[in-house]
Amino acid sequence: MNPHRRHPFIFSSAMLVYVFLYAPIVVLILFSFNASRANVTFEGFVPSFSDKVVMDGSLVLSSPCGPFHWFCELAKDKDVAEAAGNTLTIAIISTLVSSVIGTMAALSLQRYEFKLKPFSQLSLYIPIVIPEIVMGIGILTLFSQLFGVINSSLGLTGDSRLSMGLGTVIVSHIAFSVPFVTLVVQARLQGFDKSYEEAAMDLGANEWTTFRRVTLPMILPGVLSGALLAFTLSLDDFVITFFTNGPGSTTLPIYVYGLLRRIITPQVNALSTVWILTVFSVVLILQWLQNREAKQH
Amino acid sequence: MLKRLRENKSAQGTLLASPTMLWMIGLLIIPLLLTLVVSFGQRSPDGDVIYSFSLDNYIRLFGYSTDCDNGQASCFDPLYLQILWRSLTLAFNTTVFVILLAYPLAYFIARAHPLRRNTFLFLVLIPLWTNFVIRVYAWMMLLRTQGVINLMLGWLAGLFNIPFTPLEMLYTPGAVLVGMVYEFLPFMILPIYTSLEKIDNSLYEAAADLGANGLKTFARVTLPLSMPGVVAGTILVFIPVMGTFIVSDILGGRQVILVGNLIQRQFLDARDPTFGSAASLILMILTLIVTYFYTRKFGFGEEIVVA
Repeated sequence: MNPHRRHPFIFSSAMLVYVFLYAPIVVLILFSFNASRANVTFEGFVPSFSDKVVMDGSLVLSSPCGPFHWFCELAKDKDVAEAAGNTLTIAIISTLVSSVIGTMAALSLQRYEFKLKPFSQLSLYIPIVIPEIVMGIGILTLFSQLFGVINSSLGLTGDSRLSMGLGTVIVSHIAFSVPFVTLVVQARLQGFDKSYEEAAMDLGANEWTTFRRVTLPMILPGVLSGALLAFTLSLDDFVITFFTNGPGSTTLPIYVYGLLRRIITPQVNALSTVWILTVFSVVLILQWLQNREAKQH
Repeated sequence: MLKRLRENKSAQGTLLASPTMLWMIGLLIIPLLLTLVVSFGQRSPDGDVIYSFSLDNYIRLFGYSTDCDNGQASCFDPLYLQILWRSLTLAFNTTVFVILLAYPLAYFIARAHPLRRNTFLFLVLIPLWTNFVIRVYAWMMLLRTQGVINLMLGWLAGLFNIPFTPLEMLYTPGAVLVGMVYEFLPFMILPIYTSLEKIDNSLYEAAADLGANGLKTFARVTLPLSMPGVVAGTILVFIPVMGTFIVSDILGGRQVILVGNLIQRQFLDARDPTFGSAASLILMILTLIVTYFYTRKFGFGEEIVVA
């Protein structure tokens, strides 16, 4: 029996699921070229180029960018640029912090015995088994009560008052990323041969050198996949950010959500298209690098 | 001091784990305890919390009004119980549909040629990397009365000369179900794939040698061995569906209210954090109970971390 033989039922239902997965994305991208500002039905591409945007009712007749009209509008939008900047800042900082402290925790949980170990291990599963909204409103309550107490006891007023912002979002993102990084690195450490480290120590390397030259290179793939997971979790997060953001810390998902509740022009589609293409190309590059790495070894 | 630390293994372990523990305690455990404390509090007229020990919020959640103490029948209003029940059934239905869609695809990928497997898997991951909110929006475009699905149905009906009135799909419970299934489908495909891929080919050969046909092999070999993946996927789908509020907010309009929406509104529009905290604790307890009994029956899927 050929193990790769395809049963027609399996094949056709798998293809249908792929259609289900991709149809919404194709429509989303198509509508980012829509000439209709109302964006309810597809009224064709913006037909021609001109110096100025010419509109007829809600139809765009011509634009300096032609069919790419909504992408040009998007590029001019300062709010989008700010939200994109915030999203990246939050993702980068929270990934760096959670990768470092998560790796430390993984080493500790895998290598050492200490009193709080069972508790520590168990606490890592909390974000997996409770809905995100529960965590979100808990953190919101914590910050609002804490800031309230600090502001009133120090007599802070106006701009010097502590309030929700980039800081609270970053701190909260670290909180939900750390368990994932720790668990991924721990899984990697499980199959780790300790004799390499012992050999290094026997040859006179101290703990730090052993860690830097032996342990870290060996667990690096695990750390990197943990970091990648943390990065994507942070980029994609809506719920926690929704409850912990403040003025000036709007991220792209929060920004899009805000638009969905008001007027939706094809500019939202253009933003989605740019987002999808960016993620897609980054992932392709990473895959390509990984394949090249694998071939070299 | 440093020398003593160098010899004390237990202190080293504690020190290494301490930053992560600081975060877990400060931003997970303390907030949960605070939610518990706030849920027993009362709302002040301007929306702040008055700390007290009152069960009013829980009594209200279970449908009894605290204003009338005679226990008349009219005092009972199951509104919030209905919301809880709606969320539970939606999460259950979503999980069932997600399993039905995910299984054939995961099976197809696991049995595909090894060189093509990564590409097929990659195709599952791409939708997951487009943003959650963007994916809800995409379904809004498809389901609208003048949306793409109605357009295509109208065109099909036109081919056969059938009169067609566009279906009202957006802002219905069905739209919310479709949106949820779409959002969480990849979270089921990946763990099922992982457990299917582990099955040794020789098991299939043995089943065939012993005279089992395709269906019997599936029922007796494939399905039981892939259960850890299904269990892990169920946990990854059921729990987030219970708490999500964006899908129902956008695809359900104001028609479909889930626990998530109820909680969210207490913290924004209604400004009653004490009631919101109580609802959130009930949500947490509900998911923990369901997960507990489910994992006790089927075990905790080890694929959960892999995904």
